[in-house]
Amino acid sequence: MSYLRMLGVFLRVSIMGEMAYRVNFFVQLFQSLLELGTAIAGLAVIFSYTDSLGGWRPDEVLALVGVYILVGGMIGFAIQPGMSLLIESVRDGMLDFTLVKPVDAQVMISVQQVEIWKLIDIVLGLAVLGVALARLGEHVGGGQAAAFVAMLLAGAVIIYSFWLVLATLSFWFVRVENILEIFNSMYQAGRWPISLYPGWLRFILSFIVPVAFAVTVPAEALTGRLTAGTLLGAVALAVVLFVGSRLFWLIGLRRYSGTSA
Amino acid sequence: MSDLAALYLQQFKTTFASMLQYRASLVIWMIGHVLEPLVYLIVWSTVSVSVGGAVGGYSTQQFAGYFIVLMLVNHVTFAWIMWEYEYRIREGTLSAALLKPVHPIHADIADNVSSKLITLPLMLLIAGGLATLFHPQLAPQWWAMVAAVPALFLAFLVRFLVEWCLAQAAFWTTRVTAVNQVYFVLLLFLSGQIAPLTLFPHAIQVAAAFLPFRWMIGFPVELLLGRLSLTETLVGLGAQAVWVVVCYFLLKVVWNAGVRIYTAVGA
Repeated sequence: MSYLRMLGVFLRVSIMGEMAYRVNFFVQLFQSLLELGTAIAGLAVIFSYTDSLGGWRPDEVLALVGVYILVGGMIGFAIQPGMSLLIESVRDGMLDFTLVKPVDAQVMISVQQVEIWKLIDIVLGLAVLGVALARLGEHVGGGQAAAFVAMLLAGAVIIYSFWLVLATLSFWFVRVENILEIFNSMYQAGRWPISLYPGWLRFILSFIVPVAFAVTVPAEALTGRLTAGTLLGAVALAVVLFVGSRLFWLIGLRRYSGTSA
Repeated sequence: MSDLAALYLQQFKTTFASMLQYRASLVIWMIGHVLEPLVYLIVWSTVSVSVGGAVGGYSTQQFAGYFIVLMLVNHVTFAWIMWEYEYRIREGTLSAALLKPVHPIHADIADNVSSKLITLPLMLLIAGGLATLFHPQLAPQWWAMVAAVPALFLAFLVRFLVEWCLAQAAFWTTRVTAVNQVYFVLLLFLSGQIAPLTLFPHAIQVAAAFLPFRWMIGFPVELLLGRLSLTETLVGLGAQAVWVVVCYFLLKVVWNAGVRIYTAVGA
């Protein structure tokens, strides 16, 4: 219960802080709409020559774009800001102040910062998804919707654990922000059905940088492409990574020596 | 003039040393530069295969050739000045550059060229790797290979000058990321990065001919693929030269106006 209250406090502080920079809302809105426009224009060019891409119909690819924007928004809203702050505070020793607080440090660093304007991407992603689903008509049943939500959650846990592992590396190496940039650069490959890619690239995008589990798998669930194997695999991977990253975090924490110590 | 040559030489040395220091950021740029054309290569190859082997005059193998060459051309002409300038002005590091007796653009060009010299061998290696995977088809005429040398050089100049002019926007606004993003969207479509320009509607092709973007990337790529006639090549080189001249004068105007309103913090 106290954790929930803590979450609420951090959220309120973030919102209050950002209210001083309200123009940022319009800047972010402009950038998000531009990105969406780019994606749709790109699809328009491609689908003027064909009516299916690797077995995905235009509206299904649109749904994939919606998931891509939604998940990108979730990462930018909740995961990336906290992890970036963690890396920074390991370097400059500010983590001291987090560690002396009477709450679990991992929870603390995970919720200490949010980027509220990224909510725009979450809303926009949901809107695109809604439009795509409406155009797909009655093809989406209750089971598929449930599988979609489950896979979205599993993907979020996988991405969170992945980022935690990368950010924890900062206990050993000073400059890891660069590795995070690699993730952002690879994430764009998730805008297309991963089944298009050759095996080696699919492997990289699934197990080295888990873009596939974050974007493609939920979209597969929604469009009725998900096999039971992938579903169980994603859940199992989420559990393993979550526990693994927790252990890795605890090992890393033991290495932390602070600044003034 | 020999002073300028000395400056370039010294900048080469400095950049070389700092590049070797920051290898990680080099690798990150390169992943982005490889992944994007690779994704479009795969997407268009898929489209081409699914509709019977050719789309808009490009066969599957020619798409592979197009995007592998595009990857190299994009890398050669690429500049990062638009990201750096805002920092320079915000933090006031531009002040030091202003004290030097030469125009700061020389240091930027030297910096760009020397980092390319370091990364190009690796890019060629990657292009070779992709070529064995995707079997690209290229058929440049002998004169096209000759013309590609000035075409690439001019493409680099056009892109560098345009982006240097746009980077000066940081003198007037602190929200340059929005400006940059608009530019990159235009570049993505009108330079041929997302698809060969001949695949776009006629109106967009006409617009692309009159805007600078095609001349930065698409034109040298089509030339190296052997898709342009001699006349088209000469017209293209002429268009590039015109854009270099236009940008040169634009740069003078924008730079003079920008420096006048520049006030460094703590000055």
